Amino acid sequence: MRLELRGITKRFGTFTANHRIDLTVEPGQIHCLLGENGAGKSTLMNVIFGLLQPDEGEMLIDGVVTRFADSGEAVRRGIGMVHQHFMLVPVFSVAENVVLGFEPTKSFDRLDHQRAREEIRSVSQTFNLEVDPDAIVEELPVGLQQRVEILKALSHDAELLILDEPTAVLTPQEIDALMAIMRSLAASGKSILFITHKLKEVKAIADVITVIRQGEVVGTAQASDSEAELASMMVGRDVNLTVDKVTVSPGEAVLTITDLVVRDDRGLPAVDGVSLTVRAGEIVALAGVQGNGQTELVEAIAGMRHVESGTITVRGVDITNRTPREVLDAGVGHVPEDRQLHGLVLSMSVADNLVLNTPRRAPFARHGSRNLAAVKSNAEALVTRFDIRTTSTQALVSSLSGGNQQKVIVARELSRPLSLFLASQPTRGLDVGSIEYVHRQIVRQRDDGIGVLIVSSELDEVLALGDRIAVMHTGRISGVVDPSTSRETIGLLMTGAHVEPADA
Amino acid sequence: MPESSPRRSIWARVTGQSPFVVTLFALVLGLVFGAIVIVTTTAPVLDAWRGFFTSWGAPGHAIKVTADNVGAAYRIMFTGSVFSPATLWHAITTGQGWSNALTPISETLTYATPLTIASIGVGIAFQTGIFNIGANGQAMMGGIAGAYVGTLIHLPTVLHLPFTLLAGIAGGVLAGSVPGLLKAYTGAHEVIVTLMFNYVVSAILLYTLLSTALQAPGQQNDIARTLDPSAQLAPLFGTASGLRVNYGLVIAAVVVLFAWWFLERSSLGFDFRVTGANPQAARASGINAKAVIILVFAISGGLAGLAGVTELAGFYKTLDGGFLVGNAGIGFTAITVSLLGRNKPIGIVWASLLFAALGVGGRAMQAATGIPLDLATVIQSAVVLFVATPVLVKEIFRLRTSPTTALQLATKGWGS
Repeated sequence: MRLELRGITKRFGTFTANHRIDLTVEPGQIHCLLGENGAGKSTLMNVIFGLLQPDEGEMLIDGVVTRFADSGEAVRRGIGMVHQHFMLVPVFSVAENVVLGFEPTKSFDRLDHQRAREEIRSVSQTFNLEVDPDAIVEELPVGLQQRVEILKALSHDAELLILDEPTAVLTPQEIDALMAIMRSLAASGKSILFITHKLKEVKAIADVITVIRQGEVVGTAQASDSEAELASMMVGRDVNLTVDKVTVSPGEAVLTITDLVVRDDRGLPAVDGVSLTVRAGEIVALAGVQGNGQTELVEAIAGMRHVESGTITVRGVDITNRTPREVLDAGVGHVPEDRQLHGLVLSMSVADNLVLNTPRRAPFARHGSRNLAAVKSNAEALVTRFDIRTTSTQALVSSLSGGNQQKVIVARELSRPLSLFLASQPTRGLDVGSIEYVHRQIVRQRDDGIGVLIVSSELDEVLALGDRIAVMHTGRISGVVDPSTSRETIGLLMTGAHVEPADA
Repeated sequence: MPESSPRRSIWARVTGQSPFVVTLFALVLGLVFGAIVIVTTTAPVLDAWRGFFTSWGAPGHAIKVTADNVGAAYRIMFTGSVFSPATLWHAITTGQGWSNALTPISETLTYATPLTIASIGVGIAFQTGIFNIGANGQAMMGGIAGAYVGTLIHLPTVLHLPFTLLAGIAGGVLAGSVPGLLKAYTGAHEVIVTLMFNYVVSAILLYTLLSTALQAPGQQNDIARTLDPSAQLAPLFGTASGLRVNYGLVIAAVVVLFAWWFLERSSLGFDFRVTGANPQAARASGINAKAVIILVFAISGGLAGLAGVTELAGFYKTLDGGFLVGNAGIGFTAITVSLLGRNKPIGIVWASLLFAALGVGGRAMQAATGIPLDLATVIQSAVVLFVATPVLVKEIFRLRTSPTTALQLATKGWGS
């Protein structure tokens, strides 16, 4: 299928999400749409898929001007979409999910499982996509669930496949498998529109790259272009992909954790005898596969989870089992793992969120009455200083992109005098520009003599930021190593293997 | 394109944005719904429609009878609760009969006074994510406490009235704190506890009314002594005016101003709203959840208690077994009113006025046309139903849904 967009414009009120977008996807081509979060990629996809109607411009399919009234029409015309969040029924089998909505039936409207299974086998074979038709979707790993989504699209005879940020939830191996599938689909003549903000993937797979920024096409690029070139096109300025750090000598201990034991929600020990020290002016990066106790450790430090035994001190002050208020007052800044759940009140304004944990502190309140002028000027200063992209300080924080929401939290935590800066997955879901920015802020805190503890499941981030890297496995620290340690060694530590410590 | 025609854009501009507009259209739909009820339950109208095919003039007659009946009902509802243009004109031109002309609005304000206070209390709890279904019991407790102070102590007005009102607040705080403490310390679900506590207070009311302390001398029934005049809220325009609207209105105004300041400007109100909007973030930000729960029940209960004592001191003057029972149960109506007003003080004022006007007008309508007062309840309920389904209202009136001002649901389900 050849898809051509001419001058597509989509507005929401006064906000223009897409402005005169031109784009052509040729048959058998893998076309990457590269852009930061909030650049208008998803809006454009929803326009193509018939979920939104463009305000201006036209769409041509194989040279014919086409307009979809709804997504059902798009599916019938051969457009398949794999959403970032899967649209599958978890308790149904693979076969049932694939035929959902177009079920083959026997007499009395009974589902014909046999035919459903055969249909899937034939599609699987044609495109070399192995999935057991009888497997229950929720029991499959995420990579296979995604494969079911692709199968579903293909079983509806999709000629153009839209993949919206498909790799965000996948492991490195699963990403490789997905890339192989994409290549073989393209080889069989399908067109693929691949939406992402990850540069490595774009370079690995794209035939053509279209970069959009703030709703407009800023140009096309080649897969052979360097990551730095792609990043600067996407962000609109030069981006530094490595973290610049000067060596500083760490000072006295800021955070001291001794023999800490913390239980998870099921009552099992999630942190099992952890001792760790973070000194002033150093970044300790806590690496590990998700679910090895990092979350519980951070929650215990932040005063949000009960400590069974052991102690936590910040600059000599015991904060073990203190309330979050007391921990905050001890000079701990905390960027929580789930920013929308713990870090923000989405239905409140940017200004209110920027004083969320200091509403009573002067000058924001006096005698129990809030000083909204001070709240506003604080917000204006922080929005400028941290480059938070928002229409106004009174805008609801829910209207901001993920990266800017994260900036709100970082700005709030860094606007108080801190001893310890604690950040869990600080760049999860953020685009290149925002990641660079958050990293720079973290390093700046370190340089200012604050102790920093970062928890991240991204090895790149751990290696780029950490002055020391602590690896966690099943609730214990399996090793504390130097950032010059090889990825293989750290990977081994993440699986719990015993490795000779590089830093004694 | 429909969006680009100027007529459409003006319509969209007028109607697209405010939740207030949706509420207004919900009222229109509620009145339409009420009209259907009138048509299908009034014999003369039904008779006229039954004869629809009997003669050439019959269809016109049927429509006329319908319009007459519905028109009369709604006209009397309006003149009975706001003002009658004729009487008002008479008062303006002759200077006579002002009392007559102002009686309808006075009645509406009288009913709206305690309702507003109680609804504000419920609304503050809602904004904190707390369902206080016990406002009626708390108001009743306020009435009981007020009756003790208002009948057993004898003081000059400057002391007696404030003490009576404070007693009412204290009674409400007491009744509200029981569920509050239970929730804060044991995690008991506030909906169950507040709801059940209403029955406890009802029993306390009857018990105290039959006790020798409160019962009027020589009485065998559940009637208390009348409040001392020094403990009563006097009519705003003097007893001679015949208008029942009383100084409770001033209290309600103060409460509205306080609630606005509290929610929008105070630090504690900020904590409350953060807790209501995202309890997890509230905890992470160092807000003490237990303290918030205990305080919100005290404030919500205190306001309900104030509503109860205002109702007693301004309207009934005598506590009896029918106090806040059945249709008079303002604590229950307050839940609906608060939702209708989107839990915001100003919205609650309008919603209370609407509910009071429908009630007062409904009584006038019943007296004049024989259409049962229950029609007012039907309209009230229909309006709330339509407000609760903004999507339906927007669809019916083709209102533009703007993504930036998408309506928030007033509540998020049973808070835990």
